[in-house]
Amino acid sequence: MIDSIRGRSLLTLNDLSRDGILEVLDAAESFVEVNQRAIKKVPALKGRVVASLFFEESTRTRLSFETAAKRLSADVLSLAVASSSMKKGESLRDTIATIDALGIDAVVMRHRSSGAALQVKRYVPHVRVINAGDGQHQHPTQGLLDVFTIRQTLAERRGITASETGASLFEGLRILIVGDIRHSRVARSDVAAYATLGADVRVAGPGTLMPVDIADWPVRVVEDFDEAIEWADVVGLLRLQHERGTGSFVPSLDEYTFTHGLTWARAKRLREGALIMHPGPMNRGVEIDSRVADLPAAVINRQVHNGVPVRMAVLYLSVAGVDGGVDQ
Amino acid sequence: MSGEVESQAHHGGYFVAKSQLLSADDVVRALKRMGHEMIERNHGTESLSVIGLQSGGVVFAQRIAEILADITGVAVATGQLDVSFYRDDLSSNPVPRLATTLINHDMTGRTVILVDDVLFTGRTIRAALNALSDWGRPASVQLAVMVDRGHRELPIRPDFVGKNLPTAREEAIVATLDGVWIGTKEVS
Repeated sequence: MIDSIRGRSLLTLNDLSRDGILEVLDAAESFVEVNQRAIKKVPALKGRVVASLFFEESTRTRLSFETAAKRLSADVLSLAVASSSMKKGESLRDTIATIDALGIDAVVMRHRSSGAALQVKRYVPHVRVINAGDGQHQHPTQGLLDVFTIRQTLAERRGITASETGASLFEGLRILIVGDIRHSRVARSDVAAYATLGADVRVAGPGTLMPVDIADWPVRVVEDFDEAIEWADVVGLLRLQHERGTGSFVPSLDEYTFTHGLTWARAKRLREGALIMHPGPMNRGVEIDSRVADLPAAVINRQVHNGVPVRMAVLYLSVAGVDGGVDQ
Repeated sequence: MSGEVESQAHHGGYFVAKSQLLSADDVVRALKRMGHEMIERNHGTESLSVIGLQSGGVVFAQRIAEILADITGVAVATGQLDVSFYRDDLSSNPVPRLATTLINHDMTGRTVILVDDVLFTGRTIRAALNALSDWGRPASVQLAVMVDRGHRELPIRPDFVGKNLPTAREEAIVATLDGVWIGTKEVS
Protein backbone atom coordinates (compact mmCIF):
# COMPACT_ATOMS: atom_id res chain seq x y z
CA MET A 1 0.00 0.00 0.00
CA ILE A 2 1.06 3.58 -0.72
CA ASP A 3 0.43 6.06 2.10
CA SER A 4 0.91 9.21 0.07
CA ILE A 5 1.00 10.16 -3.61
CA ARG A 6 3.52 12.93 -2.88
CA GLY A 7 6.09 12.87 -5.62
CA ARG A 8 4.61 9.73 -7.12
CA SER A 9 2.57 8.67 -10.09
CA LEU A 10 -1.12 7.88 -9.64
CA LEU A 11 -2.00 4.81 -11.68
CA THR A 12 -4.57 2.98 -9.56
CA LEU A 13 -6.53 3.31 -6.34
CA ASN A 14 -6.05 -0.38 -5.54
CA ASP A 15 -2.83 0.25 -3.65
CA LEU A 16 -3.60 3.67 -2.13
CA SER A 17 -4.15 3.49 1.62
CA ARG A 18 -6.79 5.23 3.70
CA ASP A 19 -4.27 7.93 4.68
CA GLY A 20 -3.23 8.37 1.08
CA ILE A 21 -6.84 8.95 0.02
CA LEU A 22 -7.57 11.31 2.92
CA GLU A 23 -4.49 13.38 2.11
CA VAL A 24 -5.87 14.04 -1.38
CA LEU A 25 -9.35 14.84 -0.04
CA ASP A 26 -8.00 17.31 2.52
CA ALA A 27 -5.77 19.02 -0.04
CA ALA A 28 -8.78 19.24 -2.36
CA GLU A 29 -10.69 21.10 0.38
CA SER A 30 -7.98 23.79 0.25
CA PHE A 31 -8.36 24.00 -3.51
CA VAL A 32 -12.14 24.39 -3.24
CA GLU A 33 -11.36 27.63 -1.42
CA VAL A 34 -8.88 28.67 -4.15
CA ASN A 35 -11.59 28.04 -6.75
CA GLN A 36 -13.93 30.44 -4.95
CA ARG A 37 -11.48 33.33 -5.09
CA ALA A 38 -11.72 36.20 -7.53
CA ILE A 39 -8.28 35.18 -8.83
CA LYS A 40 -8.51 31.40 -9.11
CA LYS A 41 -4.83 30.78 -9.57
CA VAL A 42 -1.90 29.95 -7.31
CA PRO A 43 1.75 29.66 -8.36
CA ALA A 44 2.33 26.21 -6.82
CA LEU A 45 3.38 24.53 -10.08
CA LYS A 46 4.90 27.56 -11.79
CA GLY A 47 7.50 26.45 -14.32
CA ARG A 48 6.34 22.83 -14.33
CA VAL A 49 5.11 21.29 -17.54
CA VAL A 50 2.14 18.93 -17.60
CA ALA A 51 1.41 17.05 -20.81
CA SER A 52 -2.19 16.16 -21.40
CA LEU A 53 -2.49 13.12 -23.65
CA PHE A 54 -5.99 11.91 -24.40
CA PHE A 55 -5.92 8.99 -26.80
CA GLU A 56 -9.60 8.42 -26.14
CA GLU A 57 -12.30 11.07 -26.34
CA SER A 58 -13.26 12.91 -23.18
CA THR A 59 -14.96 16.15 -22.25
CA ARG A 60 -15.05 16.62 -18.51
CA THR A 61 -11.91 14.75 -17.52
CA ARG A 62 -9.74 16.51 -20.04
CA LEU A 63 -11.17 19.96 -19.39
CA SER A 64 -10.99 19.61 -15.65
CA PHE A 65 -7.42 18.28 -15.68
CA GLU A 66 -6.27 21.12 -17.92
CA THR A 67 -8.16 23.69 -15.85
CA ALA A 68 -6.60 22.22 -12.71
CA ALA A 69 -3.08 22.38 -14.14
CA LYS A 70 -3.58 25.98 -15.29
CA ARG A 71 -4.94 27.10 -11.92
CA LEU A 72 -1.73 25.74 -10.39
CA SER A 73 0.23 27.85 -12.92
CA ALA A 74 1.68 24.82 -14.70
CA ASP A 75 2.29 24.97 -18.44
CA VAL A 76 0.04 22.54 -20.25
CA LEU A 77 1.11 20.69 -23.38
CA SER A 78 -2.01 19.33 -24.93
CA LEU A 79 -1.74 16.68 -27.61
CA ALA A 80 -4.68 16.47 -29.96
CA VAL A 81 -4.28 12.87 -30.95
CA ALA A 82 -6.51 13.16 -34.01
CA SER A 83 -4.12 15.63 -35.62
CA SER A 84 -0.87 14.17 -34.27
CA SER A 85 1.73 11.91 -35.82
CA MET A 86 0.02 8.93 -34.20
CA LYS A 87 -2.30 9.13 -37.19
CA LYS A 88 0.76 8.47 -39.35
CA GLY A 89 1.45 5.32 -37.38
CA GLU A 90 3.82 6.58 -34.68
CA SER A 91 3.85 4.22 -31.70
CA LEU A 92 2.87 5.18 -28.16
CA ARG A 93 6.47 4.70 -27.09
CA ASP A 94 7.85 7.08 -29.72
CA THR A 95 5.14 9.65 -29.05
CA ILE A 96 5.96 9.63 -25.35
CA ALA A 97 9.70 9.85 -26.09
CA THR A 98 9.07 12.88 -28.28
CA ILE A 99 7.04 14.67 -25.65
CA ASP A 100 9.55 13.75 -22.97
CA ALA A 101 12.31 15.24 -25.11
CA LEU A 102 10.52 18.59 -24.90
CA GLY A 103 10.93 18.47 -21.13
CA ILE A 104 7.90 17.56 -19.04
CA ASP A 105 7.28 16.94 -15.36
CA ALA A 106 4.03 15.02 -15.59
CA VAL A 107 1.80 13.24 -18.04
CA VAL A 108 -1.96 13.04 -17.68
CA MET A 109 -3.06 10.22 -19.91
CA ARG A 110 -6.21 8.52 -21.06
CA HIS A 111 -5.97 5.47 -23.29
CA ARG A 112 -8.33 2.76 -24.47
CA SER A 113 -5.92 -0.01 -23.36
CA SER A 114 -5.86 -1.23 -19.78
CA GLY A 115 -2.38 -0.81 -18.33
CA ALA A 116 -1.35 1.93 -20.77
CA ALA A 117 -0.52 4.36 -17.94
CA LEU A 118 1.75 1.82 -16.27
CA GLN A 119 3.44 1.17 -19.62
CA VAL A 120 4.15 4.91 -20.04
CA LYS A 121 5.50 5.00 -16.49
CA ARG A 122 7.98 2.33 -17.57
CA TYR A 123 8.98 4.28 -20.68
CA VAL A 124 9.64 7.50 -18.74
CA PRO A 125 10.26 6.57 -15.07
CA HIS A 126 11.37 10.13 -14.19
CA VAL A 127 8.00 11.60 -15.19
CA ARG A 128 4.93 11.53 -12.91
CA VAL A 129 2.13 9.73 -14.69
CA ILE A 130 -1.46 10.49 -13.74
CA ASN A 131 -3.87 7.93 -15.08
CA ALA A 132 -6.94 9.67 -16.48
CA GLY A 133 -8.56 6.37 -17.43
CA ASP A 134 -6.97 3.29 -18.99
CA GLY A 135 -9.33 0.93 -20.79
CA GLN A 136 -11.38 -1.09 -18.36
CA HIS A 137 -8.77 -0.89 -15.62
CA GLN A 138 -8.80 2.28 -13.49
CA HIS A 139 -9.88 5.92 -13.40
CA PRO A 140 -8.34 6.98 -10.09
CA THR A 141 -9.21 10.70 -10.12
CA GLN A 142 -12.86 9.84 -10.77
CA GLY A 143 -12.79 7.53 -7.75
CA LEU A 144 -11.24 10.29 -5.65
CA LEU A 145 -13.73 12.92 -6.74
CA ASP A 146 -16.58 10.51 -6.03
CA VAL A 147 -15.44 9.94 -2.43
CA PHE A 148 -14.78 13.68 -2.14
CA THR A 149 -18.31 14.48 -3.34
CA ILE A 150 -19.90 12.00 -0.93
CA ARG A 151 -17.90 13.29 2.03
CA GLN A 152 -18.55 16.93 1.15
CA THR A 153 -22.29 16.42 0.70
CA LEU A 154 -22.77 14.36 3.87
CA ALA A 155 -20.62 16.74 5.94
CA GLU A 156 -22.58 19.72 4.64
CA ARG A 157 -25.87 18.13 5.67
CA ARG A 158 -24.55 17.56 9.16
CA GLY A 159 -23.13 21.08 9.29
CA ILE A 160 -19.56 19.95 9.94
CA THR A 161 -16.23 20.55 8.23
CA ALA A 162 -15.47 17.72 5.82
CA SER A 163 -11.73 17.58 6.56
CA GLU A 164 -12.43 17.08 10.27
CA THR A 165 -14.49 13.96 9.61
CA GLY A 166 -11.59 11.95 8.18
CA ALA A 167 -13.08 8.72 6.90
CA SER A 168 -15.75 8.49 9.61
CA LEU A 169 -18.66 9.32 7.29
CA PHE A 170 -17.79 6.25 5.21
CA GLU A 171 -17.84 3.73 8.03
CA GLY A 172 -20.74 1.44 7.23
CA LEU A 173 -22.05 3.77 4.51
CA ARG A 174 -24.22 1.68 2.19
CA ILE A 175 -23.12 2.20 -1.39
CA LEU A 176 -24.76 0.43 -4.32
CA ILE A 177 -23.08 0.50 -7.73
CA VAL A 178 -25.36 -0.44 -10.60
CA GLY A 179 -24.80 -1.26 -14.22
CA ASP A 180 -21.99 -2.28 -16.49
CA ILE A 181 -19.48 -3.25 -13.82
CA ARG A 182 -17.59 -5.47 -16.25
CA HIS A 183 -16.37 -2.74 -18.59
CA SER A 184 -16.17 0.06 -16.04
CA ARG A 185 -12.87 1.53 -14.88
CA VAL A 186 -14.92 3.95 -12.77
CA ALA A 187 -16.46 1.03 -10.87
CA ARG A 188 -13.02 -0.44 -10.21
CA SER A 189 -11.64 2.84 -8.85
CA ASP A 190 -14.81 3.63 -6.90
CA VAL A 191 -14.95 0.21 -5.27
CA ALA A 192 -11.30 0.42 -4.26
CA ALA A 193 -11.75 3.86 -2.67
CA TYR A 194 -15.09 3.12 -0.99
CA ALA A 195 -13.89 -0.18 0.45
CA THR A 196 -10.59 1.31 1.69
CA LEU A 197 -12.54 4.00 3.56
CA GLY A 198 -14.76 1.41 5.22
CA ALA A 199 -18.00 1.57 3.25
CA ASP A 200 -20.32 -1.39 2.73
CA VAL A 201 -20.24 -1.74 -1.05
CA ARG A 202 -22.64 -3.79 -3.14
CA VAL A 203 -22.94 -4.09 -6.90
CA ALA A 204 -25.86 -4.92 -9.12
CA GLY A 205 -26.18 -5.49 -12.84
CA PRO A 206 -27.09 -8.03 -15.49
CA GLY A 207 -25.06 -11.23 -15.05
CA THR A 208 -23.45 -10.66 -18.43
CA LEU A 209 -22.08 -7.30 -17.25
CA MET A 210 -20.42 -8.69 -14.09
CA PRO A 211 -16.65 -9.09 -14.30
CA VAL A 212 -15.43 -12.69 -14.22
CA ASP A 213 -13.28 -12.00 -11.14
CA ILE A 214 -16.05 -10.31 -9.12
CA ALA A 215 -15.57 -12.87 -6.31
CA ASP A 216 -12.19 -11.23 -5.56
CA TRP A 217 -13.67 -7.73 -5.22
CA PRO A 218 -14.40 -6.33 -1.73
CA VAL A 219 -18.13 -6.19 -2.57
CA ARG A 220 -21.28 -8.23 -2.33
CA VAL A 221 -23.20 -8.95 -5.53
CA VAL A 222 -26.88 -8.12 -5.24
CA GLU A 223 -29.29 -10.23 -7.26
CA ASP A 224 -32.36 -8.04 -6.79
CA PHE A 225 -31.77 -4.42 -7.73
CA ASP A 226 -35.30 -3.45 -6.68
CA GLU A 227 -34.64 -4.67 -3.16
CA ALA A 228 -31.21 -3.06 -2.92
CA ILE A 229 -32.55 0.33 -3.93
CA GLU A 230 -34.28 0.61 -0.54
CA TRP A 231 -31.07 -0.36 1.24
CA ALA A 232 -28.62 2.12 -0.27
CA ASP A 233 -27.42 5.46 1.11
CA VAL A 234 -25.65 6.13 -2.19
CA VAL A 235 -26.57 4.79 -5.63
CA GLY A 236 -23.75 5.01 -8.15
CA LEU A 237 -24.89 4.56 -11.72
CA LEU A 238 -22.63 3.62 -14.60
CA ARG A 239 -22.90 4.38 -18.26
CA LEU A 240 -23.70 1.61 -20.73
CA GLN A 241 -20.57 1.68 -22.83
CA HIS A 242 -21.51 1.15 -26.44
CA GLU A 243 -17.92 1.69 -27.55
CA ARG A 244 -16.83 -1.29 -25.47
CA GLY A 245 -19.51 -3.51 -26.99
CA THR A 246 -22.02 -3.42 -24.18
CA GLY A 247 -24.74 -3.76 -26.77
CA SER A 248 -24.04 -7.45 -27.24
CA PHE A 249 -24.26 -8.10 -23.48
CA VAL A 250 -27.83 -6.91 -23.03
CA PRO A 251 -30.79 -7.97 -25.18
CA SER A 252 -31.93 -4.37 -25.68
CA LEU A 253 -31.56 -0.97 -24.09
CA ASP A 254 -35.22 -1.00 -23.15
CA GLU A 255 -34.79 -4.27 -21.33
CA TYR A 256 -31.75 -2.90 -19.50
CA THR A 257 -33.77 0.15 -18.41
CA PHE A 258 -36.56 -2.17 -17.28
CA THR A 259 -34.29 -4.34 -15.12
CA HIS A 260 -31.49 -1.97 -14.00
CA GLY A 261 -32.36 1.59 -14.98
CA LEU A 262 -32.96 4.16 -12.25
CA THR A 263 -36.50 4.89 -13.36
CA TRP A 264 -38.86 7.39 -11.80
CA ALA A 265 -40.70 4.55 -10.04
CA ARG A 266 -37.47 3.21 -8.53
CA ALA A 267 -36.23 6.66 -7.55
CA LYS A 268 -39.37 7.15 -5.46
CA ARG A 269 -38.40 4.11 -3.39
CA LEU A 270 -34.94 5.45 -2.48
CA ARG A 271 -34.20 6.07 1.17
CA GLU A 272 -34.68 9.62 2.36
CA GLY A 273 -31.49 11.56 1.76
CA ALA A 274 -29.98 8.95 -0.56
CA LEU A 275 -27.48 10.30 -3.09
CA ILE A 276 -27.60 9.52 -6.81
CA MET A 277 -24.27 9.63 -8.61
CA HIS A 278 -23.18 9.20 -12.21
CA PRO A 279 -19.68 9.73 -13.61
CA GLY A 280 -21.06 11.05 -16.92
CA PRO A 281 -21.66 11.21 -19.74
CA MET A 282 -25.22 10.10 -19.03
CA ASN A 283 -27.47 8.19 -21.39
CA ARG A 284 -30.67 9.84 -20.23
CA GLY A 285 -33.55 7.42 -20.56
CA VAL A 286 -31.27 4.36 -20.47
CA GLU A 287 -29.48 3.94 -17.14
CA ILE A 288 -31.18 6.97 -15.60
CA ASP A 289 -34.55 8.59 -16.17
CA SER A 290 -34.14 12.15 -17.34
CA ARG A 291 -36.28 13.49 -14.47
CA VAL A 292 -34.28 11.51 -11.91
CA ALA A 293 -31.05 13.03 -13.19
CA ASP A 294 -32.39 16.47 -12.31
CA LEU A 295 -33.58 15.63 -8.79
CA PRO A 296 -31.87 17.41 -5.88
CA ALA A 297 -30.68 13.97 -4.72
CA ALA A 298 -28.59 13.69 -7.90
CA VAL A 299 -25.16 15.14 -7.20
CA ILE A 300 -23.97 14.61 -10.77
CA ASN A 301 -23.13 18.24 -11.48
CA ARG A 302 -21.39 18.49 -8.13
CA GLN A 303 -19.20 15.57 -9.19
CA VAL A 304 -18.16 17.49 -12.30
CA HIS A 305 -17.65 20.64 -10.25
CA ASN A 306 -15.40 18.82 -7.79
CA GLY A 307 -13.28 17.47 -10.61
CA VAL A 308 -11.16 20.61 -10.68
CA PRO A 309 -10.18 20.87 -6.98
CA VAL A 310 -9.60 17.11 -6.70
CA ARG A 311 -7.38 17.08 -9.77
CA MET A 312 -5.57 20.18 -8.50
CA ALA A 313 -4.86 18.24 -5.31
CA VAL A 314 -3.59 15.22 -7.23
CA LEU A 315 -1.36 17.30 -9.49
CA TYR A 316 -0.11 19.41 -6.60
CA LEU A 317 0.82 16.47 -4.38
CA SER A 318 2.24 14.39 -7.19
CA VAL A 319 4.17 17.03 -9.10
CA ALA A 320 5.23 19.48 -6.36
CA GLY A 321 5.96 16.72 -3.89
CA VAL A 322 9.26 14.98 -3.43
CA ASP A 323 9.09 11.27 -2.99
CA GLY A 324 11.12 9.51 -0.35
CA GLY A 325 10.67 6.14 -1.96
CA VAL A 326 10.75 4.68 -5.44
CA ASP A 327 7.69 4.23 -7.58
CA GLN A 328 6.44 0.69 -7.90
CA MET B 1 4.93 22.64 28.86
CA SER B 2 7.98 20.55 29.42
CA GLY B 3 9.99 18.09 27.40
CA GLU B 4 8.76 17.57 23.88
CA VAL B 5 6.54 20.15 22.31
CA GLU B 6 4.78 19.09 19.16
CA SER B 7 4.89 21.82 16.57
CA GLN B 8 3.23 22.09 13.18
CA ALA B 9 5.77 24.70 12.20
CA HIS B 10 8.37 21.97 12.05
CA HIS B 11 6.65 19.47 9.82
CA GLY B 12 8.49 16.26 9.27
CA GLY B 13 10.00 16.36 12.75
CA TYR B 14 9.30 17.33 16.31
CA PHE B 15 10.57 19.99 18.67
CA VAL B 16 12.54 19.29 21.82
CA ALA B 17 12.57 22.30 24.17
CA LYS B 18 15.84 23.28 25.84
CA SER B 19 14.65 26.26 27.81
CA GLN B 20 11.72 28.61 28.11
CA LEU B 21 12.55 32.20 27.20
CA LEU B 22 9.20 33.93 27.70
CA SER B 23 6.26 33.03 29.92
CA ALA B 24 2.62 33.31 28.91
CA ASP B 25 2.44 36.62 30.81
CA ASP B 26 5.51 37.94 28.97
CA VAL B 27 3.84 37.08 25.66
CA VAL B 28 0.62 38.91 26.54
CA ARG B 29 2.56 41.98 27.74
CA ALA B 30 4.51 42.06 24.47
CA LEU B 31 1.33 41.72 22.42
CA LYS B 32 -0.32 44.57 24.34
CA ARG B 33 2.67 46.81 23.68
CA MET B 34 2.55 45.88 19.99
CA GLY B 35 -1.17 46.72 19.92
CA HIS B 36 -0.48 50.21 21.27
CA GLU B 37 2.34 50.67 18.74
CA MET B 38 -0.02 49.67 15.89
CA ILE B 39 -2.62 52.23 16.98
CA GLU B 40 -0.01 54.95 17.42
CA ARG B 41 1.56 54.33 14.05
CA ASN B 42 -1.71 54.04 12.14
CA HIS B 43 -3.64 56.75 14.06
CA GLY B 44 -6.38 54.29 15.03
CA THR B 45 -7.62 51.00 13.66
CA GLU B 46 -10.32 51.95 11.10
CA SER B 47 -8.41 50.93 7.98
CA LEU B 48 -6.53 48.02 9.57
CA SER B 49 -6.80 44.36 8.55
CA VAL B 50 -5.01 42.00 10.91
CA ILE B 51 -4.10 38.87 8.99
CA GLY B 52 -2.57 35.85 10.71
CA LEU B 53 -0.31 33.55 8.72
CA GLN B 54 -1.14 29.86 8.88
CA SER B 55 -0.56 28.13 11.04
CA GLY B 56 1.55 29.73 13.82
CA GLY B 57 0.49 33.34 13.28
CA VAL B 58 -3.26 32.83 13.51
CA VAL B 59 -3.56 32.75 17.31
CA PHE B 60 -1.35 35.83 17.65
CA ALA B 61 -3.46 37.72 15.10
CA GLN B 62 -6.62 36.82 17.00
CA ARG B 63 -5.11 37.94 20.31
CA ILE B 64 -3.84 41.19 18.80
CA ALA B 65 -7.28 41.88 17.29
CA GLU B 66 -8.83 41.37 20.74
CA ILE B 67 -6.29 43.73 22.28
CA LEU B 68 -6.94 46.39 19.62
CA ALA B 69 -10.69 46.05 20.18
CA ASP B 70 -10.18 46.37 23.96
CA ILE B 71 -8.18 49.56 23.57
CA THR B 72 -10.36 51.32 20.97
CA GLY B 73 -13.73 49.70 21.67
CA VAL B 74 -14.16 48.95 17.96
CA ALA B 75 -13.82 45.53 16.30
CA VAL B 76 -10.98 45.15 13.81
CA ALA B 77 -11.14 43.33 10.45
CA THR B 78 -9.27 40.02 10.66
CA GLY B 79 -8.39 37.08 8.47
CA GLN B 80 -6.04 34.21 8.04
CA LEU B 81 -3.77 33.39 5.13
CA ASP B 82 -2.21 30.10 4.05
CA VAL B 83 0.86 30.67 1.88
CA SER B 84 1.69 27.04 1.05
CA PHE B 85 0.95 27.42 -2.65
CA TYR B 86 3.19 30.49 -2.89
CA ARG B 87 6.35 29.07 -1.36
CA ASP B 88 9.53 28.99 -3.41
CA ASP B 89 10.84 25.84 -1.72
CA LEU B 90 8.08 23.46 -2.80
CA SER B 91 10.51 21.41 -4.84
CA SER B 92 13.03 20.92 -2.07
CA ASN B 93 10.78 20.64 0.99
CA PRO B 94 8.05 18.14 1.70
CA VAL B 95 4.66 19.40 0.62
CA PRO B 96 3.54 21.52 3.57
CA ARG B 97 0.41 20.86 5.57
CA LEU B 98 -2.36 22.74 3.87
CA ALA B 99 -4.50 25.08 5.91
CA THR B 100 -7.38 27.38 5.17
CA THR B 101 -7.29 30.92 3.88
CA LEU B 102 -10.13 32.98 5.31
CA ILE B 103 -10.36 36.56 4.09
CA ASN B 104 -13.86 37.93 3.74
CA HIS B 105 -13.18 41.58 3.02
CA ASP B 106 -11.49 43.42 0.17
CA MET B 107 -7.90 44.36 0.96
CA THR B 108 -7.79 47.21 -1.54
CA GLY B 109 -6.96 50.52 0.12
CA ARG B 110 -6.53 49.03 3.58
CA THR B 111 -3.48 48.80 5.81
CA VAL B 112 -2.75 45.12 6.21
CA ILE B 113 -0.81 43.93 9.25
CA LEU B 114 0.60 40.46 8.62
CA VAL B 115 1.10 38.57 11.87
CA ASP B 116 3.37 35.56 12.27
CA ASP B 117 4.84 33.70 15.21
CA VAL B 118 8.53 33.59 14.29
CA LEU B 119 10.42 35.63 11.67
CA PHE B 120 13.42 33.70 10.37
CA THR B 121 14.60 33.70 6.73
CA GLY B 122 11.75 35.95 5.57
CA ARG B 123 10.63 33.51 2.86
CA THR B 124 7.21 32.94 4.39
CA ILE B 125 6.65 36.69 4.38
CA ARG B 126 7.72 36.94 0.74
CA ALA B 127 5.19 34.20 -0.08
CA ALA B 128 2.56 36.05 1.98
CA LEU B 129 3.15 39.29 0.07
CA ASN B 130 2.64 37.45 -3.22
CA ALA B 131 -0.49 35.75 -1.91
CA LEU B 132 -1.86 39.04 -0.66
CA SER B 133 -1.65 40.59 -4.12
CA ASP B 134 -4.29 38.07 -5.28
CA TRP B 135 -6.68 39.52 -2.71
CA GLY B 136 -6.54 43.16 -3.70
CA ARG B 137 -4.13 46.07 -3.48
CA PRO B 138 -3.55 47.17 0.10
CA ALA B 139 -2.56 50.79 0.69
CA SER B 140 0.34 49.45 2.77
CA VAL B 141 1.48 46.25 4.40
CA GLN B 142 3.09 46.04 7.84
CA LEU B 143 4.62 43.07 9.57
CA ALA B 144 4.20 42.00 13.18
CA VAL B 145 6.02 38.98 14.62
CA MET B 146 6.15 37.54 18.11
CA VAL B 147 9.82 36.58 17.78
CA ASP B 148 12.47 37.89 15.39
CA ARG B 149 15.27 35.34 15.45
CA GLY B 150 17.48 36.82 12.70
CA HIS B 151 19.12 35.00 9.76
CA ARG B 152 17.20 36.88 7.08
CA GLU B 153 17.72 35.77 3.47
CA LEU B 154 15.56 38.50 1.94
CA PRO B 155 15.29 42.29 2.40
CA ILE B 156 12.36 42.01 4.83
CA ARG B 157 12.09 43.67 8.25
CA PRO B 158 9.32 43.61 10.85
CA ASP B 159 7.45 46.75 11.94
CA PHE B 160 6.32 45.35 15.28
CA VAL B 161 8.39 42.83 17.24
CA GLY B 162 7.42 40.98 20.41
CA LYS B 163 10.95 39.92 21.22
CA ASN B 164 14.30 39.94 19.41
CA LEU B 165 16.05 36.63 20.05
CA PRO B 166 19.53 36.06 18.63
CA THR B 167 19.72 32.37 17.72
CA ALA B 168 22.00 29.91 16.00
CA ARG B 169 20.74 28.75 12.63
CA GLU B 170 20.34 25.13 13.72
CA GLU B 171 18.32 26.01 16.79
CA ALA B 172 14.54 25.99 16.71
CA ILE B 173 12.04 28.38 18.28
CA VAL B 174 8.47 27.68 19.24
CA ALA B 175 6.23 30.65 20.03
CA THR B 176 2.65 30.23 21.22
CA LEU B 177 0.34 32.15 23.53
CA ASP B 178 1.64 29.86 26.30
CA GLY B 179 5.19 31.12 25.95
CA VAL B 180 8.35 31.01 23.86
CA TRP B 181 10.83 28.13 23.90
CA ILE B 182 14.22 27.54 22.35
CA GLY B 183 15.34 24.03 21.51
CA THR B 184 16.21 21.74 18.66
CA LYS B 185 14.30 20.12 15.86
CA GLU B 186 14.56 16.36 15.84
CA VAL B 187 13.75 14.25 12.83
CA SER B 188 11.02 11.76 13.63
